[in-house]
Amino acid sequence: MADLILAEPRSLPVGPIGRNGIGWWGVGALVASEAALFGYLLFSYFYVGATAQPGWLAEPYPKLFPSLPNTILLVASSFVAWFGEKGVEKDNRGQALIGFGGAFVMGAVFAAVQGYEWWMKPYGLGANSYASLYFVTTGLHMAHVLVGLVILAALFGWTAVDYFSPRRRISVSAGVLYWHFVDVVWLFVFTTYYITPYLGYAR
Amino acid sequence: MRPAAFRTPEIGEDNPILRARLHAIWETTPGWRGWLSTVDHKQIGLRYIVTAFVLLAIGGIEALVIRLQLAGPNLTLLTPDQYNQLFSTHGMTMIFLYASPILSGFSNYLWPLIFGSRDMAFPRLNALSYWVYLAAALFLYSGFVIGAGPNDGWFNYVPYAEKDYNPGLNQDFYALGMVLLGISTTVGAANFIVTFFKTRAPGMSINRVPIFAWGTLTASVANLVVVPAVSLAFFLLWMDRQYGTQFFKPEHGGQPLLWQHLFWIFGHPWVYAIVLPAMGMVSDALPVFCRRPLVGHTLVALATVSVMILGFGVWVHHMFATGLPGLAMSFFSGASIIITVPSAVTVFAWIATIWLGRPVITTAFLFFASMILLFVIGGVSGFMTASVPVDWQLTDTYFVVAHLHYVLIGINVFPVVGATYFWFPKFTGRMMDERLGRWNFWTMFLGFNLGFLPMHLTGLLGMPRRVYTYPDGMGWDILNLITSIGSFAFAIGVLLFFINCWRSLRHGEVAGDNPWGAPTLEWSTSSPPPPYNFAVIPTVASRHPLWEDQLREGEGRSSLFRGMLLDHGKEAIATTSLDADPERILEMPEDSYAPLLLAIGLAILFVGLLLMRGIVAGVGGALVFLALLLWLWPRASLKEREPDQPEAAHG
Repeated sequence: MADLILAEPRSLPVGPIGRNGIGWWGVGALVASEAALFGYLLFSYFYVGATAQPGWLAEPYPKLFPSLPNTILLVASSFVAWFGEKGVEKDNRGQALIGFGGAFVMGAVFAAVQGYEWWMKPYGLGANSYASLYFVTTGLHMAHVLVGLVILAALFGWTAVDYFSPRRRISVSAGVLYWHFVDVVWLFVFTTYYITPYLGYAR
Repeated sequence: MRPAAFRTPEIGEDNPILRARLHAIWETTPGWRGWLSTVDHKQIGLRYIVTAFVLLAIGGIEALVIRLQLAGPNLTLLTPDQYNQLFSTHGMTMIFLYASPILSGFSNYLWPLIFGSRDMAFPRLNALSYWVYLAAALFLYSGFVIGAGPNDGWFNYVPYAEKDYNPGLNQDFYALGMVLLGISTTVGAANFIVTFFKTRAPGMSINRVPIFAWGTLTASVANLVVVPAVSLAFFLLWMDRQYGTQFFKPEHGGQPLLWQHLFWIFGHPWVYAIVLPAMGMVSDALPVFCRRPLVGHTLVALATVSVMILGFGVWVHHMFATGLPGLAMSFFSGASIIITVPSAVTVFAWIATIWLGRPVITTAFLFFASMILLFVIGGVSGFMTASVPVDWQLTDTYFVVAHLHYVLIGINVFPVVGATYFWFPKFTGRMMDERLGRWNFWTMFLGFNLGFLPMHLTGLLGMPRRVYTYPDGMGWDILNLITSIGSFAFAIGVLLFFINCWRSLRHGEVAGDNPWGAPTLEWSTSSPPPPYNFAVIPTVASRHPLWEDQLREGEGRSSLFRGMLLDHGKEAIATTSLDADPERILEMPEDSYAPLLLAIGLAILFVGLLLMRGIVAGVGGALVFLALLLWLWPRASLKEREPDQPEAAHG
């Protein structure tokens, strides 16, 4: 093997090509760590819920409007961001800008609606441990949404000044991967806080 | 026309012209600019090591003051509050600021050399990891200096850590400092993982990786997924204290045990994270002095991985006395007992290596060999407390203190000091003094056992831990006095170690490239290594590239002086994860201020959070934002975007 590497060296890509590069691994590690963080947040919810007195749920039947449509909007934004990434891949700048811009607007609407939900809650952060868990978990998710929005805005700007090409676009793939993560993790948060009470958890 | 995206790496011989060119490419700018912006893993590694040793000394002095207070009954050198802060800060320092960072330092320095590479996968992330570690250490210690150090033990149980019972800034310093330190640990862990899987020399397939690298890899995988648990725990505590949330307050539906779960979900894998790399050091360096390969290399690698996997499932053994259901305790007790099996595999592999080898007794050998004994003692006392009824008897007594010191000093400090004797010539180009080394070893070894062996008995006689003094007539007086004497002897031993380092740095015998006749790649380059590590990228054909003539392990021969040149710029090679086939030419980043700027921004942000000053936090946050933008801005030199090239250039 060693002989072959030296006798017949192969032609190798220089730097990241397409979505392949070690930067991809770096973002993968970041996502793994962040996913663990949300895992512990949801563990906290289930653990505290399992050991709590009856009546712990501040809302036995959490309202699914506007949270459910809002969830669908966020998940849809993942597809729009993917559409933008495909645009870069095909060297179609218009499609890329529509994708990143569209995902940004959808993400911003999600954040605004979530803010409205917080505003409408009849209880505050310190009402009981349920309320604390709800606000801190969705709050930390919101922090990730805001970071994701900054990333989408940056991708939009960098695409607008024509930085990327089908070959050189590792930043796009990394940024869009992060946005997918933000959206997927929300599905877990949403299921935990909005759906499991209907299934009877902690009621 | 855009520049070519593919290239066949030139193969060539090591030669002075190539070296001069690589030196110019890889050298860090001299002076303070280079000092603040360097991304060279060797400089960063040494900074880690020096900082961690300074903190070891500080934590040691704290321990000595504690031992003075406990030398006899009813002493009043310290007030109870001072005692609380001192023993908590001692624990925090040793466990968080010494034990893990020292291993990161060695790994940072050695990994690219062991892997035949030119730097870590993410050099700037490496610099960030160090700067944030330094910032967190300063942050945590500034609390201690103004009398607001942690005061609830290093594992900081609620409700005592809540504001009602602990109104000062102590816990806020500790909570925020730990979140800050967690950032450093996490980015460092990510860097090690990617470095391990992507940047090993061509031919260094997964079964040829030295055990030390396996140790740091498993520790890093653990850190990546468990550090968020403790960061979250401390964040929730801080929210409870400053924003009135109810996570840990039972009167409003909170759950104090949630703290313990989150802390120990992190805490126990962390214990393995601070010993597995050190065990790896022994697995790689001990055989060098036995003049033979490690017995059961593959088994030891698998044992390392399985200890880490099992290590995720033992955390509840810290909570046996909290009234959890019997089934849960049985499960975790079983896991805690099973984990001794892979640990024993490693121990027997070391013993067999000594047995079957021709040991050369050096100071480093003594540290490594004695570590086996200390590991067994610490392991057996751990095995005992893995049993629930035994734990109920022994928990919160000095028996546990003795156990954890055998584990942490025995499996971390002893291997680390041995590793310093072993790799010091590589770091500095000079040997450490063997004569002083013997004094160093025997003082540390005898002092340590004199101090901590009797402590088992103190615990069995019922002395509780964490009390600032004790009445006479309990049968604890003589034992405590012996422990205090032993601790001072041990401290003198550590002092001799520092003196030896200091003297050898100036006056040590000049070491060649490979003073010990060791088999791995770091010994094939000069001591200290040049900025580019290897003039040509080594191509590896066996586990012991430098012992191939004696061992005849495989068919081929490693090629150390003929290989890929990669001299078109700051370049390194990426290889596939399992077979280590060349996969990609990596463009490595130049020195950068972004990591330092980001660390400063984070430090200001955390000071703002501590003081609850929105403006300070805002300034810090803005700095963080700017640094990240500077860092992540796509660069043509790193092939993150196409270069600005007018169309006319080729027209």
